[in-house]
Amino acid sequence: MAKLRRQTRPLTKEESLERWQAAVKKKATHRKRVSLIRMLIFTTVAVFFAFLFLMPIFLTITNSFMSASEISANYGQVFATSDSGGRVFISERVNLKFIPDMVSFSQYETFLLRSPDYLIKFWNSVILVVPIVVFQLAIASLAAYGFTRYQGRIKEMIFFLYIILMLMPYQVTLVPNYLVSEFLNLLDTRWAIWLPGIASPFAVFLLTKYMRKIPTSLMEAGQIDGAGEWQLFWRIALPLCKGAIGSVAILVFIDYWNMVEQPLILISDSLYHPLSVFLSKINEAEIGLAFAVATIYMIPPILVFLYGEDYLVEGITYQGGIKG
Amino acid sequence: MKKNLRSLRKKSELKHKERGKRFSIACLLPSVFGVVLFFIAPFFYVIYYSMIDNPINREFVFMDNFAIVSGNAAFQQAASNTLKFSGIAVPLAVILALMLALMLNSRIPFRSQFRTFFLTPMMVPIASIVLIWQVLFHFNGIVNEMMLLGNMTKIDWFKSDYAPIVVVILFLWKTLGYNMILFMAALSSIPKEIIEVASMESARPFQIFWLVKLRYLSATILFVTIMSLINSFKVFREIYLLTGDYPFDSVYMLQHYMNNMFGRLDYQRLSAAAIMMSIAMVIIIGVMFLTENYFGRDIEG
Repeated sequence: MAKLRRQTRPLTKEESLERWQAAVKKKATHRKRVSLIRMLIFTTVAVFFAFLFLMPIFLTITNSFMSASEISANYGQVFATSDSGGRVFISERVNLKFIPDMVSFSQYETFLLRSPDYLIKFWNSVILVVPIVVFQLAIASLAAYGFTRYQGRIKEMIFFLYIILMLMPYQVTLVPNYLVSEFLNLLDTRWAIWLPGIASPFAVFLLTKYMRKIPTSLMEAGQIDGAGEWQLFWRIALPLCKGAIGSVAILVFIDYWNMVEQPLILISDSLYHPLSVFLSKINEAEIGLAFAVATIYMIPPILVFLYGEDYLVEGITYQGGIKG
Repeated sequence: MKKNLRSLRKKSELKHKERGKRFSIACLLPSVFGVVLFFIAPFFYVIYYSMIDNPINREFVFMDNFAIVSGNAAFQQAASNTLKFSGIAVPLAVILALMLALMLNSRIPFRSQFRTFFLTPMMVPIASIVLIWQVLFHFNGIVNEMMLLGNMTKIDWFKSDYAPIVVVILFLWKTLGYNMILFMAALSSIPKEIIEVASMESARPFQIFWLVKLRYLSATILFVTIMSLINSFKVFREIYLLTGDYPFDSVYMLQHYMNNMFGRLDYQRLSAAAIMMSIAMVIIIGVMFLTENYFGRDIEG
């Protein structure tokens, strides 16, 4: 700016220095003010989004502490219409309350003591998900080691196939799964969900990405020290991947804890359905209970999250580098 | 003597390598076996099924099933609904997540807390949260109450053409955190020197974002788009839990169509639909990879 101004006489050294300093100062304060305003705006927006993100969870939890009568007083009509299918005109409004009038644990009591149905379904969820997580990771970490050591063209091609499979939507993979389960007579048993889940290429992909980052010199050093291939895998590769295994375990766990499609299609007997499917079939008399069950159903993943947020973030980050 | 020893060592090394190779292949076997058994082999079966008239007669009809499926009104409705949904939800999921990531990467207080908050929905099972969605968007629910306050007419959210909006909101609620983490990682991996140079060349923040950061983000944008697209195909889960077996027409998705086919044990059409979807998917992903290669070509890594 100062350059453009027409000057009548050449500036002395002090004057030009002064002007320069003033300009720098002005710019600095301006920048500071702008960044302060920006920070304020950003924080407000972030708070707003945080509210939107957390409110449904918060509401579910608080509603689970309402007694049955309070629930039906507030929401009675909501579920009366949605269940019967046809629309019933209701003039009353639905109340949405953040805090229950009276904290009551009656719903949880019902869940735990008086309605074995829900407990069975919860157990179904556990028994479906845990073996998948454990065995998928076991097989995947072996396979990741296989993909990492002695890479060759054929292995690269297989790995590429894995990526494509991973990117296929359920609609596509469920049909082959169904056909095989039918062929092997696995339909309507838990195996129909376990086996495809265990064979799923997702964990292989992620663990391979991670294992390939281990420097080969480490493996070679192990070899020189006389370690066999199994020891290289068990003593070097696996311990170094501990973090990755944790994060993949979390990702697999939340994916399967949330599953709805597979049990719906592969298991026709609703006795074996997990809680995630069963929750949607709750009838109107038990809405209050539904909130409590919903809350209990989200406790395991939330605990996992609180414990392993950093692992989770790391896992997602690794997923991001899909190309490299 | 010395020569002999060296060749001996070489031999043992080769043997070692051979054994190692064999071990690494053995490691792959369980996984490859599972994948072949449950995904790849049956896929050929799917191709076969898609070209026969019925499982008993097994007469080869080539493209007839594809023609029947693509001519089916329900399939067309489902495909167009799915496309429409993805067309709205995916760009929103990418852009909003990028905005959130940029926000959290700038200097604001409680960054890690905000990250936790934004990520929490990802962990919550959809089944647990649909109850609240039903309460919020019910005809007499709080959203309609607020619309009344704003002098707008009430909308029957689940049983009208507005139903996709509810699903889009639920979808965004669920996926934004995940996408945001991907963007945050990518943003923090941009070399700082380049941004410093740009700002020394007196580039405005917007220019830095548009000309520098976005270039470095292109691979991540591609990945986030693909993942969001895949997730948007999974949205059947949300719709099923929200509205049950028979949703309103506007949220009748491809998976609903497929489920009906499962229900009727109509494997031929099911297979044809699955194959058409996988082809569409491969084309979409391929095109996105090509675009990304074009835009990110001058950036290495």
